[in-house]
Amino acid sequence: MSLTVVEAPSGAGDPVLGRSLRQIVWARVRRDRVAMTCLVILIGLYLVAILAPAICAVIGVDPYSFDSASISDMGGGPVGPWGGISREHPLGVEWGTGRDIFAQLLFGLRISLLIATSATIITVVIGTVIGIVSGYSGGKTDAVFGRIMDLTLAFPFLLIILALSGVLTQRLTSLGVPEGNPSRITYMILVLSVFGWPYLARIVRGQVFSLREREFVEAAVAMGASKSRILFVEILPNLWAPILVYATLTLPTYIGTEAALSFLGIGVLPPDTSFGAMLASSVSYFSVVPSYLFIPGVLLVTLVVTFNLVGDAVRDALDPRAGRR
Amino acid sequence: MIRRLSTYVIRRVLSMILLLVLLSLVVFILFSLLPADPARLTCGKSCTPEIIEANRHRLGLDMPVLAQYWEFVKGIFVGRTYAANSPDPVQCSAPCLGYSFKRGEEVFVLIKDRLPATIWLAFGAFVLWLAAGISLGIYSALRRGRWQDRSVMGVALVGYSLPSFFIGLVAIFFIIIRWQLLPFPSYISPLENPVQFLQTMILPWIILATLYAAFYMRLTRNQMLEVLGDDYIRTARAKGLPERVVIRKHALRAGLTPIVTAAGLDLAGLLGGAIITESIFSLPGIGSLAVNSVNDADLPLIVGITLVAATFIIFANLIVDLLYAVIDPRVRLS
Repeated sequence: MSLTVVEAPSGAGDPVLGRSLRQIVWARVRRDRVAMTCLVILIGLYLVAILAPAICAVIGVDPYSFDSASISDMGGGPVGPWGGISREHPLGVEWGTGRDIFAQLLFGLRISLLIATSATIITVVIGTVIGIVSGYSGGKTDAVFGRIMDLTLAFPFLLIILALSGVLTQRLTSLGVPEGNPSRITYMILVLSVFGWPYLARIVRGQVFSLREREFVEAAVAMGASKSRILFVEILPNLWAPILVYATLTLPTYIGTEAALSFLGIGVLPPDTSFGAMLASSVSYFSVVPSYLFIPGVLLVTLVVTFNLVGDAVRDALDPRAGRR
Repeated sequence: MIRRLSTYVIRRVLSMILLLVLLSLVVFILFSLLPADPARLTCGKSCTPEIIEANRHRLGLDMPVLAQYWEFVKGIFVGRTYAANSPDPVQCSAPCLGYSFKRGEEVFVLIKDRLPATIWLAFGAFVLWLAAGISLGIYSALRRGRWQDRSVMGVALVGYSLPSFFIGLVAIFFIIIRWQLLPFPSYISPLENPVQFLQTMILPWIILATLYAAFYMRLTRNQMLEVLGDDYIRTARAKGLPERVVIRKHALRAGLTPIVTAAGLDLAGLLGGAIITESIFSLPGIGSLAVNSVNDADLPLIVGITLVAATFIIFANLIVDLLYAVIDPRVRLS
């Protein structure tokens, strides 16, 4: 490994710089051009998702209104090539209803990101808390949590999610979540989190095992710090690296899983849509109108690849063996 | 050593059984929440509430959940008879995993009939992805940082990010519909018609294998890189061993443990039914049976499939742990 001269922050003449892990990681990610490009794309996609209604209004499309002029009277297929691409409908229209595909895509992105992001946040919170408590307490607590993790990981979760979707969605509705898609979305977020946390909890638990023997923890114990202070003020800040890596790599898998679940029919219902729902509805028509399959599919793959590239870059940047360059 | 090994095995088997009991109990309680009423499925459209009620009682569905669970567990070992003191009792011989009134068949038989397609799918894909994943992973590690490494890892990243149903549909679109290279998939046993069997399975195999191979490439590469930096590799090279032997005997063997874990668990997961792949290619396996059972609200069948799938995973966990000791001489049984 060659020695490289690092740019010194302004005002610091000292060649030996004390830099925190956070600064090192950020400097490394910033130098990674692919990762930075992906990061910008992701921020752009989130903005698009948030601003979807405004963008659609500006372009003059909306995902809900039917357009019978753009589909044929016979059979309901789109008029024109490539699924009826025209000035009014930049990516074509849906079979049978004439709803705009571009607008559906934006609103689908919104729902996919909403589900994946919320589920990741909940997964991280549950996984971290249980991992820390389990790793620090050891003994019986650890054993109980360990069994719960084994149990959760042994479930064929796709099947369980499918089987329980109807009843648990109803139960959410009866708990006060608005009926229909809000309940269905909440259900997806919850099940993804419920089956996702053990992976992170195991990682965190392993880290805490070694952290709890360290002097600063001993010092905190000696000073009479409460247990919750030791767990969440002393130990937690040392864990952000694995948690961050896990979160950035989990989010894209959740986007994929959400799409798969929608594909299997338990996702959002029309008139709302998501990438998986769009792909599922393409199945009947894609031999005639391939763009129904390829437009949401390619966007879905792009989204997941972009997230994975950022996740990889963060992981590489956090790799202690890479040297403190 | 032998004694330590046997106590270890016994302890692991016991904890596996405990996990199975817990898991089946949780599944049972979870599904008792479902509004799907198995008793409703016992008679056709001419059902009256009285008949349903009578059937419910005859089938023991009015018992508390734990009592039903006990009957279920007993059924696995000694079989059971539904509606024993009625004119038409239903016999379910051991191992009885329940009885699907919707389909009028034993759950065990239903699953057993669907198992071959799933096993073929899983093992075919398994062989493909291990071969591709491990060899490309090693190749990539040995050419670390060069263009070969970067392109393999690029392919892996994309493969890793592809949703199976999307590439499945794309493959059907191009290979079957547009170019007509293969006929539409229609599963048949390899003993009956090997050509049609291969024509049907080749796409699902490749698609499943692509997704998994991508993960194994990355895993193998990382493991190899980690191990190749170790001192004993330098020692092996210093001894004058041929590079091939250093890679295969020293590096790969030590780096293999996480790969074995992942492989065991992934294979077990697939044996419980590759729900999406089976649905897309309409393969008559456990996965598509599961989807159908969910759509029909066929409760006994859902419970049966869930338990079988979970059992595969738990078994795989045990086998993987035991394999550790065989593969990696450094593993201590603790």
